Amino acid sequence: MYKETKSSKAVKWFLIGVSVLFVVLMLLLPLITVITEAFKQGFAVYEKAVTDNYTVKAFWLTLEATALAVVINTVFGLSAAWSLTKFHFRGKKILTTLIDLPVTVSPIIAGLIFLLTFGRQSPIFPLLQDWDVKIVFAVPGIVLATIFVTFPFISRELIPVLEARGNDEEEAAALMGAKGFTIFRKITFPHIKWAFLYGVVLCAARAMGEFGAVSVISGHLRGKTNTLPLHVEILFNEFQYVPAFAVASILVLLAIFILIARSLIEYNGKKKNKVEP
Amino acid sequence: MKRTNRSVIPGFGLTTGITLAILSIVVLIPLASLVVFTAHMSLDEIVATITRDRVLSSFRVSFVTAFVASLINAVMGVVLAWVLVKYSFPLKRLIDGMIELPFALPTAVAGIALTTLTADTGLVGGFFAKFGVKIAFTQAGITVALVFIGIPFVVRAVQPVLEKLDPAYEEAAGVLGASRSRIFWKIVFPEIVPAALTGFGLAFGRCLGEYGSVVFIAGNKPFETEIVPLIIMSELQEYDYASATTIALVMLVASFVTLFLVNLIQTRNTRILKGGA
Repeated sequence: MYKETKSSKAVKWFLIGVSVLFVVLMLLLPLITVITEAFKQGFAVYEKAVTDNYTVKAFWLTLEATALAVVINTVFGLSAAWSLTKFHFRGKKILTTLIDLPVTVSPIIAGLIFLLTFGRQSPIFPLLQDWDVKIVFAVPGIVLATIFVTFPFISRELIPVLEARGNDEEEAAALMGAKGFTIFRKITFPHIKWAFLYGVVLCAARAMGEFGAVSVISGHLRGKTNTLPLHVEILFNEFQYVPAFAVASILVLLAIFILIARSLIEYNGKKKNKVEP
Repeated sequence: MKRTNRSVIPGFGLTTGITLAILSIVVLIPLASLVVFTAHMSLDEIVATITRDRVLSSFRVSFVTAFVASLINAVMGVVLAWVLVKYSFPLKRLIDGMIELPFALPTAVAGIALTTLTADTGLVGGFFAKFGVKIAFTQAGITVALVFIGIPFVVRAVQPVLEKLDPAYEEAAGVLGASRSRIFWKIVFPEIVPAALTGFGLAFGRCLGEYGSVVFIAGNKPFETEIVPLIIMSELQEYDYASATTIALVMLVASFVTLFLVNLIQTRNTRILKGGA
């Protein structure tokens, strides 16, 4: 590398300074604010807000919606990745585009489309009522909206890895008579393990924090269709700032956990790729 | 769907079937319902809804704040990516991990934290209030929230390009006597422009639809700090589904155009990269 001159050193530390200032102001300070505001009135108030019945119910609903979104998107992601990378067929490009579509849709619109599909003004609404199925302003709607906003998160991580690897090993195994699921379990999955986990983490992160889409479809029934982010909103709008930040601190904790998991997965994945280029 | 090239690998029917089924239920049918719903309306009705003063000004606020925030992110994103790739300094890995925070932190949590920070009584807002500058509940506040949301898009788009950039070119230019600033503007800068543009486009698309972090900090004053997702939400709360859906459709088209342009830049970008290799 060329010599480090005095001026280039100044530039270096100036740019580092600007970056650190940005990260501290924009990213670190909001995190610290959540924690300090949550404990503003002492630990007892914090504990009361966190163990409040509505908070606990919201926590379990968030967990339920997140888990279901991860499961459905896993089934979808693995199927789509297999179908799109192992076979050639017409319409493949369109299919790929359609899968990516949900991330470009505003969360509010994501909620709106489920309201239109299953709500009162939908042609199938009388049918749903006859069967006594509630989707809008109920848990199924929340789950559907959550699946929508995280839709491509897992397939998007798997497809590039499978494409880069090619299909030689799978073809050989198939020619030797291995069954489809055996091929997947023994040959394909070990290679996409880290990418898959990475996708799951991203999916879980977005699912637990989804606000706009869920906000449209939930109906905000406390204790019934209120997720943690929605509960934060209700408390904040009622000027109950300390409880709002206390509930938010649960989500901060989950977010930090997700960031650590993400770095570990990325690190392990990179290490593995270096061992077998 | 017809396979154009038979493969020995099993599972085409099953995986493609699952993919299409889930895609239809979660994405295609709900999105189609948006189009079906607006198809009932005449063109005059649609134009009348869109050209209402309040709706037009919300589009202006949305586009201006998203554009300014993405511009700030494009500059800061390149600086951050540069610092993270080219320099080593203490706590670098931590800062690298922090960049991902906006993906992991629920938008509602970011929203209330940024609102508290930038309100006149907050740490940052109090400082600016001394100079008579208001952040929270103004368009500046919306921009701050959108900068938070958009920053990882640019950093993660530029970082891999900088990592792959062969230092041999920079070294060669240095040996031939080019100054550091000249090396940067003539060699490095042209390489990172397409990546920065991609990041800008992705951030812009996300910012246009953002709701959770903005709803708290915006203050939601009509004609001033009301963004498009907010107006859709308030139409829904007034059970004016027709207006909400019409505005949503225009919004959807805007984000698809953004996505299309980003893809265009990306394809050109990869073509250049492949051609140059």
